[in-house]
Amino acid sequence: MAGGDRTPVIVGVGLSDAPIAPHLDGVGHHVQAMQRALDDCGLAKSEIDGYMSAGGAGPMVDDAVNMAEYLKIEHRYLDGTMTGGSSYEFLVQHAAAAIKDGLCDTVLCTYGSSLLTTSGRTLGSKGFHVPGQRVAGPTKWEAPYGNVLIGSYAMAAKRHMHQYGTKPEHLAQIAVDARYHASLNPNALYRTPLTIDDVLGSRMIADPLHKLDCCVISDGGGAFIMTTAERARDLKQAPIYILGAAGTSSHWSISQMEDFTTTAAAVAGPEAFRRAGLTPADVDVLHFYDSFTITALLMLEDLGFCAKGEGGPFVEDGKLRIGGSHPMNPDGGGLSSCHPGMRGIFLLVEAVRQLRGQAGPFQVPDAEVAIACGSGGWLSCLGVVLLGNQAPA
Amino acid sequence: MTVNMNRRPLPQVADPIAEEFFAGCARGELLVQQCSACGHRQFYPRWCCTQCAGAVGWIVGSGRGTVHTYTVIRQNHAEPYRSELPYVVAMIDLEEGPRMMSNVTDIDPDTVTIGMPVEVHFAASDDGDVHLPFFRPVDASRSPR
Repeated sequence: MAGGDRTPVIVGVGLSDAPIAPHLDGVGHHVQAMQRALDDCGLAKSEIDGYMSAGGAGPMVDDAVNMAEYLKIEHRYLDGTMTGGSSYEFLVQHAAAAIKDGLCDTVLCTYGSSLLTTSGRTLGSKGFHVPGQRVAGPTKWEAPYGNVLIGSYAMAAKRHMHQYGTKPEHLAQIAVDARYHASLNPNALYRTPLTIDDVLGSRMIADPLHKLDCCVISDGGGAFIMTTAERARDLKQAPIYILGAAGTSSHWSISQMEDFTTTAAAVAGPEAFRRAGLTPADVDVLHFYDSFTITALLMLEDLGFCAKGEGGPFVEDGKLRIGGSHPMNPDGGGLSSCHPGMRGIFLLVEAVRQLRGQAGPFQVPDAEVAIACGSGGWLSCLGVVLLGNQAPA
Repeated sequence: MTVNMNRRPLPQVADPIAEEFFAGCARGELLVQQCSACGHRQFYPRWCCTQCAGAVGWIVGSGRGTVHTYTVIRQNHAEPYRSELPYVVAMIDLEEGPRMMSNVTDIDPDTVTIGMPVEVHFAASDDGDVHLPFFRPVDASRSPR
């Protein structure tokens, strides 16, 4: 075990070819992202002694055990926590604790998905079950009713509008700002600027959410490597500190969501801020899992960037754009740039790039503190990570 | 009856909890679980109370409730839903307290509102094996159950 300062830090990040990569399968994305993360920090694969994957490509394909075998990682610590798209925010919390406690020294986490190449733009368009299927488990209580993925978010949006007067235009503004950021990112899937009318004029999929309220479908993968501040000293990149991390779930089945206007980020957020000794006012750049426009709006409220119910008016004046007070998803986010199914790892990779000052045309000037908030399931599992480029006091 | 049951995904009813609930549906009763220890009521049915982990019993619900939130599904490429578009998926607040997912049927989807009073009706699967609860607007011309 390495001695010295065991403060956990992110030292390497990598993204695989995206958003369209017909030459790779899901595992290929895992591998390419790993190779690029190793190159990024200068570590050798043999130095990895902890491994994490939430899978995603399919059962017994790229889960933690199978990927550890495929990559032949000799691990002292293994974690396959799967909370959907927020898995990586949960895994950062676990990696930080494991490194701090000496269970391992250097953790690799990878994700890869060929969703667009394999399935096209069909995610969520066919419900969750096949015709005539007999469904076991808690989803049996929902399966007959023809809900689709977007329907769960739509019911949250509908309730938010009913309770707080939030307007479709408010949600549309989030999509418009994401597309503005994507227009700055040469690697984003969709780059042509949008107007609010474009969003409201796009096809209604599930009231009140339109096609352009939904994230894109792409290919892609990501990896991050965490180690001790001590080991980070002679690596290639400046370390990025985990200032605070927390995660919890309020439900899995959407019918078990007690308050359709409040996610578990209202619990995990304050916990992460408390651990970091920070408040929302200290955050320079926001990386939110914008699966749908409503997802990002609920996070703004639940994490305390504005009061509950005020998310709509809050986003009206462009404060979510680079140059505004709360730049969100400067890469274009899931709404316009890249979404291979579980976007959580991209939030972390993009946050690290912002904090290193390596985000190029979509860099937020002088970003020192970033927040990554993942949402997994259907507003079910919320993971919050506060990252910084200065060592915590 | 305006529910298309053809090839609709159905719950497995073989476990004792589901068996009890769906036997109620077959009798035209919407059962709700109530904790024998603390009185907490819950849906979906479970082996234990989600409040105190105690044993649970059943009460016969009124079958009445209100729409807590809903959406109108306008895209679903899977049958039988594709043929039913657009249709309403809703969360129903039951009079007894718990909330459940269902469809609001027998209504123009564009006229559903949050807070709308609804009442249960049941539809049998093609093989008659499962009766499912659905909801429709309360008909003011009929007396309460």
